[in-house]
Amino acid sequence: MKTPSGHQVYAMAAEYQSATALYEAAKRVRDAGFKRWDVYSPFPIHGMDQAMGLGKSWLSAVVLCGGITGLLTAVVLEFGPSWFIYPVIVHGKPFDWRTVPAFFPIMFELTVLFSAFAAFFAVLIMNGLPRWNHPIFNWNRFGRVTNDSFFLAIEARDPRFTEIEARELLESTGGQNITIVHED
Amino acid sequence: METAPTAPRVISDEKPLARVPLVLNKRNFSWLTERISGVVEQPAPRWWWVTFTITATIAAFGVFCLGYQISTGVGTWGLNHPVGWAWDITNFVFWIGIGHAGTLISAILFLLRQKWRTSINRSAEAMTLFAVMCAAIFPGIHVGRVWMAWFLAPVPNSWGVWPNFRSPLMWDVFAVSTYFTVSVLFWYTGLIPDLATLRDRATSKIKKLLFGIFAVGWRGSNRNWRHYEMAYLVLAGLSTPLVLSVHSVVSFDFATSILPTWHTTIFPPYFVAGAIFGGFAMVLTLMLPARAIFKLHDIITPQHVDKMAKIILLTGSFVSYAYAMEFFMAWYSGNQYEKFAFFNRIFGPYWWYWWVGMLFCNALSPQLFWFKWCRRNVYVVYFVCMCVNAGMWFERFIIIVGGLHRDFLPSSWGMFYPTWVDIWTFIGTFGIFTSLFLLFIRFLPMIAMSEVKTVLPESNPHHGPAPGHSPPVIAGKEHA
Repeated sequence: MKTPSGHQVYAMAAEYQSATALYEAAKRVRDAGFKRWDVYSPFPIHGMDQAMGLGKSWLSAVVLCGGITGLLTAVVLEFGPSWFIYPVIVHGKPFDWRTVPAFFPIMFELTVLFSAFAAFFAVLIMNGLPRWNHPIFNWNRFGRVTNDSFFLAIEARDPRFTEIEARELLESTGGQNITIVHED
Repeated sequence: METAPTAPRVISDEKPLARVPLVLNKRNFSWLTERISGVVEQPAPRWWWVTFTITATIAAFGVFCLGYQISTGVGTWGLNHPVGWAWDITNFVFWIGIGHAGTLISAILFLLRQKWRTSINRSAEAMTLFAVMCAAIFPGIHVGRVWMAWFLAPVPNSWGVWPNFRSPLMWDVFAVSTYFTVSVLFWYTGLIPDLATLRDRATSKIKKLLFGIFAVGWRGSNRNWRHYEMAYLVLAGLSTPLVLSVHSVVSFDFATSILPTWHTTIFPPYFVAGAIFGGFAMVLTLMLPARAIFKLHDIITPQHVDKMAKIILLTGSFVSYAYAMEFFMAWYSGNQYEKFAFFNRIFGPYWWYWWVGMLFCNALSPQLFWFKWCRRNVYVVYFVCMCVNAGMWFERFIIIVGGLHRDFLPSSWGMFYPTWVDIWTFIGTFGIFTSLFLLFIRFLPMIAMSEVKTVLPESNPHHGPAPGHSPPVIAGKEHA
């Protein structure tokens, strides 16, 4: 979809004055059946996931995989050298599987370390970050999203998107400064 | 007909049990952004340059001492038989302990839904990182041949020699390096939305570029917040057992030995409580001046200081209990070496370390915090924090040197005397620590803006007038 001036349309966007207004608007947009849309706020808004019809984040599953990897790494790292490559009796302690209690601290630490890396990289990758730019930044009012303002954008690639319908919906939810945001 | 007497009705606008707000004077979102970003955006005040010059000079001298020690040898320190661990390991345990308060605030208080943490978590986490950096210097240098420190890492090498994974010192390497790495990840994850704020407010091209890179293109989208909040929760959940494990592992360095006063099972919880105790004192030591200088009294309120003082009282009482229990066990165990070691702690050559450091500074001074007046008076709070900062260093010194200097065989008894290199290396780490903290408050938001905003009442979507009414105008001044 293009504007008369030849710009590719990214979304129809509106600004809201409060978290409450944005929350109510999100519920209306969800109920109108849109799929490709998002809300923007300076902080996470409690209950917004439900208002947008989003489920629980599955990031924790990635972290579980990271944790298991970390645990197995520690098991291999400790038992490999201590049992097979370089077995030495120190403090009269055994060097085979019976020495496992002495290995728990490092198993724990590596489980935590790998889980934390999994969480960190998962949040970036699942959010498509880092990225240099985003069409929504083409709207000059949008700079206030990290300060005190609240925004809602319905994307043009949503199958239900028509300029008129989106604008009417945003108007009826009390959105202000409703505008078309360009792709480029 | 007589009616039963009823209590007089209190006519008041406020509910009698209403909570004191966490941000005072009904400040709004844009005020928070302006005030906190303003600290970073304004040119550095003169006091900052003066302080930074002093601390950087001290840090430079500390680095010189490290260089001298590395180039000359461990003999420049006062370590000798029988005291093979002295100021270096004392300083290591001291600094690593300080870090623990930052993680307690950022992770454990997050899981416990203590929303007041939002005002202090960013700077406390920064303090954690800088303290762990200072801590890591000491065991690294203590190994003697620093260029061989890579032996600590399990790297395949041509000798086929591997580290002993059953050694608590090896556990320490993993615990401290994991702790530092996870703390950096947690801290940076929390910083991303605030870096985006600074990016959006940046005026110069270089700032826009740098904040833009580090903000990774954050745009406050709720689809992003959803995963972000989960990541934050997971990192808090991981950091919680991690922080408890780190000082437990540090205590294993001592507890797995056979030395009287070291060989005790009480050490892990005792060390963890002491770490949080000393760490909170350091948080307040840094936050009270920062609050006064940057006029952040509406964000770091008397309520915050009061709560931190209560944590100092609680953990200080844990520590006092552990001190008492050590004496009890020395008597009750019937072990003559153990008994002697504790007698020596109070009446031996290092007696005043115990009386001043452990008894007065750590056990008695925090007891002032039973009184609300003391918790609300910043001068009393500051005095107690200074006592605790000093007391926790003394405590580690008593445990380490007090345990080593008179062991089983009187013929091998000895004393420890620090050299100027010992002393200036320790003072130098204070220079490094404060210099890093000063740089942090200059270049990064010292309060987590996106988190403090969530404790304002208007951040709750169920707050305020019902839909249909005109929404409250909360925006500040219009940006061009």
